[in-house]
Amino acid sequence: MCGPGTERHRAITPRRCQTIPLYARLVRYGFRKHATYLGAALAGAFTNSVFGVLRAYVLIALWQARPGLAGYDVTDAVTFCFLTQAFIAPMQLFGGGLTIPERIRSGDIALDLVRPASLQLWTLSEDIGRAAYLFLVRGIPPMLIGAVLFGIKVPAGAGQWAAVVAGLAIAVVLSFAWRYLLALSVCWLLDDRGVQVLSLVLMTFFSGMMVPLHLFPGAFGDIVAVLPWAAMVQVPADLYLGKADVVEALAFQVFWAVVLLGLGALGTRAIRHKVVIQGG
Amino acid sequence: MVRTYLLLVWTWTRSAAAYPASFVMMTLFGFITAAIDVGVILVVFANTTSLAGFSREEVLFLYGAASVSFTVCDTFVSNLDRVSQHIKAGTLDTILIRPVSPWLQLATDRFNPTRIGRIVQAGLVLGYAIAALGIDPRRAWMIPVMVITGIVIFAALWTLAGAAQFLLTDAPEVVNSFTYGSQQLNQYPLSIYARDLVAGVTYVLPLAFINWQPGLYVLGRADPFGTPEFMRFLGPAVALVLALVAGFAWRQGVRHYRSTGS
Repeated sequence: MCGPGTERHRAITPRRCQTIPLYARLVRYGFRKHATYLGAALAGAFTNSVFGVLRAYVLIALWQARPGLAGYDVTDAVTFCFLTQAFIAPMQLFGGGLTIPERIRSGDIALDLVRPASLQLWTLSEDIGRAAYLFLVRGIPPMLIGAVLFGIKVPAGAGQWAAVVAGLAIAVVLSFAWRYLLALSVCWLLDDRGVQVLSLVLMTFFSGMMVPLHLFPGAFGDIVAVLPWAAMVQVPADLYLGKADVVEALAFQVFWAVVLLGLGALGTRAIRHKVVIQGG
Repeated sequence: MVRTYLLLVWTWTRSAAAYPASFVMMTLFGFITAAIDVGVILVVFANTTSLAGFSREEVLFLYGAASVSFTVCDTFVSNLDRVSQHIKAGTLDTILIRPVSPWLQLATDRFNPTRIGRIVQAGLVLGYAIAALGIDPRRAWMIPVMVITGIVIFAALWTLAGAAQFLLTDAPEVVNSFTYGSQQLNQYPLSIYARDLVAGVTYVLPLAFINWQPGLYVLGRADPFGTPEFMRFLGPAVALVLALVAGFAWRQGVRHYRSTGS
């Protein structure tokens, strides 16, 4: 009664994971893994909101001195401020969020590389789950606080909402693609603290998180606006505020996402040859 | 007490100095990350000459004074906010049975000498602002007083943050809003904030005495919120009161600590 095709056979044969269900499941696991730490996430949301309030006053003072600066009015500037505070956790703007550096140092990465699934897609799926959870728990509260204390703008109409959702989704993937490259660099550098500091400057200052990139003076401002970090914060924020041409903005984001994911795929192939299991 | 503190600090410094390349690199990186906030101030002033009535050099002066105090505390006492980690790991019990004050042990716990790069950065900004402003020499005596006042206030805040973690074991990050948030608040003249918020940080949690009230005296300016002149000189007294409150809260926290596990 145990031959192929019988019910019993199907019950004891490990079910083969098809590609799509596998990654969908990883997204869910990423979500659930972070959902365990609700208290810590709410504490983070509180801190993000407090900093949002303090930063909002700086921008309000600036826009009172220069009304209409960069094509924003005061409400746009305040909305921008709370949007960027809401992006911190889902886009992991302060760096990290991936376990690859530890796994490279401990040698566990060898296990990840022999799995019959792409390391990059595997990690991306978990990261999307993480971002989805943190978007709910750490993204929405700062926006609500901003709305209550100062009043913020809300996108008008379904078309603009669709553009915002698309922009946010690409920004999360882009942020992953960048952090994945940094994580792989540990294979060559062994210590990722140096690149993490570099990344912190790029992902906070050059992304527009600290001040809108439109305020950067001259050629410096023109250069930072076309770099990939602008596509992580400035572009989705402009989509939300309705200050960007939707097609152009999404194309810019997709371009950088493809470039960084492509580099990540090359890097994944390279570490297969490079990986040295420490101590073995 | 000072000798014990220095001994513990020296022990952690020697352990960090065992990897000299990493030591130099981390000091430099601390310098760079601390400079992001100055970058923001410079970008803001690339777009305006005055923010809520204050010039770029005046804002850099306020930023520098608060940052020197803050980075000194961040280097020497900030590890107090790891109390909850020690509670969860059970290591607080070990700390409590040693014959040295738990406050000293926790303040020096994993002391990180590479953070000195941040103090240097803040000191350079303060030095630049003082030189560029041409401060009245008769008012300059207040600068060291305000820096020391700021150090006492920030140290008291971190002590309160540590004490609060005896209650907030599951969400220790909440206290970051008060410690790091205070630093963010004091980077800019308080005249940019709403009147109620400024009243709160003057009369309830006295953050205005870190650099704003004494800074107004040094800059020779009247308070846009109209507080009386004598409040410029209250900083040291306020810092002392806050330190006593923090000390009391800390003792209460330690006294009411119940060990986890068996």
